[in-house]
Amino acid sequence: MSFEWFVALRFLREGRIQTVLILLGVSVGVGVIIFLSALITGLQASLIDKTLGSQAHIVVQPPDEMPRLIVDGVVAGTDPAALARDPAALGEALTVRLEKPAQRPRSINQWPQVMREVEQVPGVIAVSPLVAGSAFVTRGVASRSVALRGIDPERFIRIIDLSAKMTAGVFRVAGTEAVIGTGLATDLGVRTGDRIRILTADGGNDIFTISGVFDLENQAVNDSWVLVSLKSAQNLLDLSGGISALEARVDRIFSAEIIAQQVARRTGLVADSWMKLNRQLLVGLKSQSSSSIMIQVFVVVAVALGIASVLVVWVVQKNREIGILRAVGTTRGQILRVFLIQGLLLGAAGWVVGVGIGTTLSLFFAGLATNPDGSPTFPVNLSGQLMLGTLVMALGVGLFSAMAPARRAANLDPAEAIHRG
Amino acid sequence: MAEPTVKAADTGSPVVLLEGVTRDFGETVVTRVLKSIDFRLGGGEFTALTGPSGSGKSTLLNLVGLLDRATTGRVCLDGVDTAGLDDTALTRLRGGSIGFVFQFHHLLPAFTALENVMLPGIARQGRPSAALRKKALELLDRVGLSDRLKFKPSALSGGQQQRVAIARALCLNPRLILADEPTGNLDTEASDQVFELLRQINREEHTAFLVVTHDLNIAARCDRIVELVDGRITSERAAAPGGG
Ligand SMILES: Nc1ncnc2c1ncn2[C@@H]1O[C@H](COP(=O)(O)OP(=O)(O)OP(=O)(O)O)[C@@H](O)[C@H]1O
Ligand SMILES: [Mg+2]
Repeated sequence: MSFEWFVALRFLREGRIQTVLILLGVSVGVGVIIFLSALITGLQASLIDKTLGSQAHIVVQPPDEMPRLIVDGVVAGTDPAALARDPAALGEALTVRLEKPAQRPRSINQWPQVMREVEQVPGVIAVSPLVAGSAFVTRGVASRSVALRGIDPERFIRIIDLSAKMTAGVFRVAGTEAVIGTGLATDLGVRTGDRIRILTADGGNDIFTISGVFDLENQAVNDSWVLVSLKSAQNLLDLSGGISALEARVDRIFSAEIIAQQVARRTGLVADSWMKLNRQLLVGLKSQSSSSIMIQVFVVVAVALGIASVLVVWVVQKNREIGILRAVGTTRGQILRVFLIQGLLLGAAGWVVGVGIGTTLSLFFAGLATNPDGSPTFPVNLSGQLMLGTLVMALGVGLFSAMAPARRAANLDPAEAIHRG
Repeated sequence: MAEPTVKAADTGSPVVLLEGVTRDFGETVVTRVLKSIDFRLGGGEFTALTGPSGSGKSTLLNLVGLLDRATTGRVCLDGVDTAGLDDTALTRLRGGSIGFVFQFHHLLPAFTALENVMLPGIARQGRPSAALRKKALELLDRVGLSDRLKFKPSALSGGQQQRVAIARALCLNPRLILADEPTGNLDTEASDQVFELLRQINREEHTAFLVVTHDLNIAARCDRIVELVDGRITSERAAAPGGG
């Protein structure tokens, strides 16, 4: 063991109160940061998970048709003759309303080729065609308005893994089979094997057999989705051979917006990412993250100041001993390193205890309340990255806070320290 | 007979040589504590430094021990002018050539007797070694403390602590030992023991000694007595015959 480590360890063991105080500071700091990060990343991950459980990362659609301009009329009191002389006044004088054309299914031209193009965009890992429109489902006297979705099952499960979400039956939409959500099934009072009739405004009218019921943990989806084969939906919605959208999955969810922009550029179609469609959620997550980072920064600063002040007092108390060490041939550099090592060791030891505190706190909190399905209401995410991050932080804070006291110790005048220390 | 000892000491090259050394303290009000000191300490010489309180004895010892720098004048150790050395070089020179014994138990409380004795060596080599340990064991045996190796200073008597400090001063075989009132804090018996130990080391190792003392009996047992009054050396004389 080197001289510096030898002396540092001995000083730490001897200075019990100071050592314990600093350890306490570092461990509480590390514990709070671990707990806070684990909770917030856990909550955010589960929120995003829930959101993306029933949503594609990117939806590619044909561009909107040009909106039509509707002139409502002339505002009372305006002289038509004056307007004729000054056309610029027209803008102020008239109430202008932009009206989107009535929504009717539009189709992506040559979609198999577009799908291959989208597949080639870097970051895209799966693409699936979708025919979507509104329809009515009737069963006896019960009738419900639903979201009809025609899909290619093999491709669709790579966007949303429905086969894992089935509560009854199987996920199969071959021929005249349909899969519906639990909410709709309860509403209509139907079960697997029952038949339903699907009607559309385009004159579609057919009987389907329910092959399975799913639960995507999203009430709106569970209440309205009716999944049928691509072909059936095309027939029902009078969209022979066409599709209404392409849905895509990407490898890194937070790159979805950038990838969506690339998709839009390549295909000339409109591509919306989940991030754009859930802007409110993202803004919420972001402000949550930044307030958590603020708290963590304050914790780090407070811990660093605490360590530094305890170490400064410690150095003052040790003046005479430092002077003696210098008298017997210890260099300034050696003294400096002794105190820096003490900082590092305190950081490392505080981290170990802090990981214990943070982990215990997180797991305790996660165990406090659970959802009906047994998953925690407050999920925590204790990642290795978090542990490594806090270790680096603890060592950094230890070293940094020891800097000023160590320099002070190294620069002591030995003669004065011995005689007056 | 003091005569032969003084002669033998004078024949060696000087361990310490001070020429026109002054030391000022204070920034706004400057006090000249040492006033043009010329001083020479031969190899193996055992010299007492006496004088009234506040006359500058400790200040002079700090300069000789390279713990402090002179305001003007030359301080040479083993023929090396120390003015040109940086702090690290000064520290290395101090660690290797000078041993210190202070009035108060200046041992490190966190370390055992054995570790305290080894410290100068560990600091110099960067790490402990078997040879160092062996040397420290020998030294502690020599000062009569083989049975107190694992004791912390707080568990030792004043005289025992001072003997550990002497063993520590000898750790790196210094040519010079500086002692600031080494017996000032001890009773007569312990005082005698400690002083005898110092003299014995001086005889056997030919280590030069500069010992600050108020005790006239002890001063009389040295080779030479240097008296400092108000920052000046006022007398330098051989100790009374038969004193050593
Ligand atoms: N660092 C310092 N700053 C200011 N004055 C100092 C300093 N060190 C010593 N002095 C002054 O120098 C004078 C001599 O002090 P020194 O300690 O050398 O005396 P001394 O001879 O060792 O006295 P004693 O016998 O009491 O130990 C004193 O007046 C003291 O106040
Ligand atoms: Mg003094």
